[in-house]
Amino acid sequence: MNLRELEPGEVRGRVGDVILALEGVSLSFGGVKALTDVSFDVREHEIRAIIGPNGAGKSSLLNVINGVYRPQQGRVTFRGEVRAAMEPHHAAAMGIARTFQSLALFKGMTVLDNILAGRNLMMRSNVFLQALRVGPALREEIAHRRRVEEIIDFLEIQHVRKTVVGRLPYGLQKRVDLGRALAAEPRVLLLDEPMAGMNIEEKQDMSRFVLDVNDEFGTTVVLIEHDMGVVMDLSDRVVVLDYGRKIADGTPDEVRSSQAVIDAYLGVKH
Amino acid sequence: MTVEIGTTDTFPKLLLHHARTRGDHPAIREKEYGIWQAWTWAEVREEVEWLAAGLARAGLARGAHIAVVGANRPRLYWTLIAAQALGAIPVPFYEDAVAQEMAYVFQNAEIAFAVVEDQEQADKLLEMLPECPKLAHIWYDDPRGLRNYTNPELAAYEALRDSGRAAARAEPGFFEARAARGRGEDVAIMMYTSGTTGHPKGVVLSHDNLIASSRAYAELERLRDDEEVLAYLPMAWIGQNLFSYAQWMAVGFRINCIEAAETVLTDMREIGPTYYFAPPRVLEALLTQVTIRMEDAAAPKRFLFRYFMELARRVGGDLLDGRPVGPGDRLLYALGNLLVYAPLRNALGMSRVRVAYTAGEAIGPDLFVFYRSLGINLKQLYGSTETSVMVCVQHDGAVKPDTVGPPMRGVEVRVTDAGEILLRGPGLFREYYKNEAATREAKDAEGWFHTGDAGYFDATGHLKIIDRAKDVGHLADGTLFAPKYLENKLKFFPHVKEAVAFGDGRPHATAMVNIDMQAVGDWAERRSIPYSGYADLAAKPQVLELVRGCVERVNADLARDPKLAGSQIHRFVVLHKELDADDGELTRTRKVRRRFIAEKYASIVQALDAGAQRCSVEAQVRFEDGRTGSVRAELAIAAAKTFEPAAAKAAA
Repeated sequence: MNLRELEPGEVRGRVGDVILALEGVSLSFGGVKALTDVSFDVREHEIRAIIGPNGAGKSSLLNVINGVYRPQQGRVTFRGEVRAAMEPHHAAAMGIARTFQSLALFKGMTVLDNILAGRNLMMRSNVFLQALRVGPALREEIAHRRRVEEIIDFLEIQHVRKTVVGRLPYGLQKRVDLGRALAAEPRVLLLDEPMAGMNIEEKQDMSRFVLDVNDEFGTTVVLIEHDMGVVMDLSDRVVVLDYGRKIADGTPDEVRSSQAVIDAYLGVKH
Repeated sequence: MTVEIGTTDTFPKLLLHHARTRGDHPAIREKEYGIWQAWTWAEVREEVEWLAAGLARAGLARGAHIAVVGANRPRLYWTLIAAQALGAIPVPFYEDAVAQEMAYVFQNAEIAFAVVEDQEQADKLLEMLPECPKLAHIWYDDPRGLRNYTNPELAAYEALRDSGRAAARAEPGFFEARAARGRGEDVAIMMYTSGTTGHPKGVVLSHDNLIASSRAYAELERLRDDEEVLAYLPMAWIGQNLFSYAQWMAVGFRINCIEAAETVLTDMREIGPTYYFAPPRVLEALLTQVTIRMEDAAAPKRFLFRYFMELARRVGGDLLDGRPVGPGDRLLYALGNLLVYAPLRNALGMSRVRVAYTAGEAIGPDLFVFYRSLGINLKQLYGSTETSVMVCVQHDGAVKPDTVGPPMRGVEVRVTDAGEILLRGPGLFREYYKNEAATREAKDAEGWFHTGDAGYFDATGHLKIIDRAKDVGHLADGTLFAPKYLENKLKFFPHVKEAVAFGDGRPHATAMVNIDMQAVGDWAERRSIPYSGYADLAAKPQVLELVRGCVERVNADLARDPKLAGSQIHRFVVLHKELDADDGELTRTRKVRRRFIAEKYASIVQALDAGAQRCSVEAQVRFEDGRTGSVRAELAIAAAKTFEPAAAKAAA
């Protein structure tokens, strides 16, 4: 069965206004140009894929969006605000969460605690009250735990709730990483190769979770992925990068038939 | 407290009774969001009332069928009672049934209404809509993923309940009035038998059938209203329905719905059921896990385990049955209890089990003795969908591993000259739905039900089941051959997941063996044997040797039984794929379909008979997403040592 059975009209109806826009972004490390004059936008509630060959600048782009790198030129507009300097924790506070290509989990902690850690920014009571688990801190913890349990239920990982993350197979760790990002209740979710190293079944599961996140919570998703089948099935629109430049941007069908993309992936005769 | 055995004659009336007499007791729990959420009897009554009103408003009429599809969820249980209150007939389905299997039943029972668990089930029903034009309403419990569906047939459970709540408020007393109209002889439920051949048959059971059976068990075991029961088996299975629905209603105890299929062990430990029901395959899987973990344990622990399990095997069963045991052994057993048995019972979630039953198919005697020797009061019973599981049951203190006990009160059992078991009793079904021919064939003019099972009464009046009557055969030289008996013996080894024995009309008995991926995988890892997947692992010569060891031990065992010594397994093969219900090789309750397998793998069976060294096989497989493909493999045929009946002692 096709993963996405919505009619095009429905998709358009679901997708909202531009939530994130990059204009003329250039990023270089010394003499190495990672990104050159890249512009594109992300609309609310859509699934936006960034693809490209190795070293095309995909991860750098994600790092620009969530404030790890500061572009030398260009500007990033998020929810109508033009952003200058931005630290990752600002990005997190503004509703951008991400998962990592190489997982960013606390290996010695349980699944539950890892996901709970994702709610860190929303905890209001101070550390002493938390340590004593009294009054407001206890009530708060119960509320957070409830939300975390909903995520565990959503991602179908109840059976490993109290298992230490380091002991889980890779596919499940990826799911926990997604859970940790979801715990922050982000407006925009950045997924850096969510299906790398997975088998077909795990990819199918993960694809369903990405679609469900998008459907259920209305979360905007920006994802980097190498598996073309997955990208074409999941995304509303695709950006293609090659050597730090944007070479195509459009619906999966448009991108698939673009000559520049075919050349970049298959090589050109010189 | 121990409950009185009442006379209330239908399930909806029983619900009203419990809501009146124990309204504030928890009736059902479900683990959700990491917490056991509970509903009291009064709350259940309210939910059911709303649901019944909603269904009535949607047009569910007396005598109509309504499908219930999904895992154990409180709302699906409520659907059963709500439908019964309206005089409608619920038809539960296995959650892993594929659409084409279900379509037949929907057409057969002319089902127009369905309550399903989630998107997965809703998808299946929508897929078969063209074939089942009568199906008009599908309500789903879990809305996840269904947001963008626009099918007019689909609606959320909440919508149904809310419409019912409004209707119920407008007409107080509606539920009581409708429930009061029900009679014990009304049809309570229709359950389709998995059917080893042909189309499934709808078994029509009345309230009287199920309540009579439930009360017989309640009386025998003095069930109390504070029993804890785990609801974890498929709702479409009669065993689950009788022990977690009918008895729940008859006695008023508590059922606990597990969180997910993968969490059953954790959930069981948290609940600590006092009354437990498990088919042999579940008990087998538990034992396999214990064995694997013990093999990974440190040497002193392994020694303790082996020493005390040996002691338990010797005296544990006797202690449980109250037979005399010497003071030395008693003392040692007490020590073993402290060090091994009690922790093990706790790990299994069986610390509080007062009565445990197993049924569904024959249980390997060794497996059965294992649980009993730990001090768990596991007993066997015998029954089927057609009998409301009310035929024979073992009584406390009179438990034997190889019988199913004496007939229950009110049940007459006799064995024909051909060895088939016949019975009459209050649990006996009314008919097969729309299938008079099959009904007449199963139930003769005098009301005797022909079970199709072969067996006999032993000297103490206990019934002993050997096999399906049609499966019991003879080798070419006339020796008795009971395939199930051999298969069960093989399956007791943790490394063997499934086995299929052949021998009827053949010169020797032979077998196909399925290895247990987890157990053999662990075994291979400890020996640094690399493998890439199931087929690769199954083809390893070391694995062949491992299985050969199992087969030879079975043969040594068989050699001791003069009646069965001739049916020792001469040759066997380790299959390259797991037998699977999706490929039609197992029934949905995971019984092997021997005839089907013999046809499908005819080339292997031939090679086994002919004594060839190798054989190649090509088989169709169905993947979980519904696609089919074919798998080719070259299999090695291995010979196993057989034992002379006299030489058996020396070998063992």
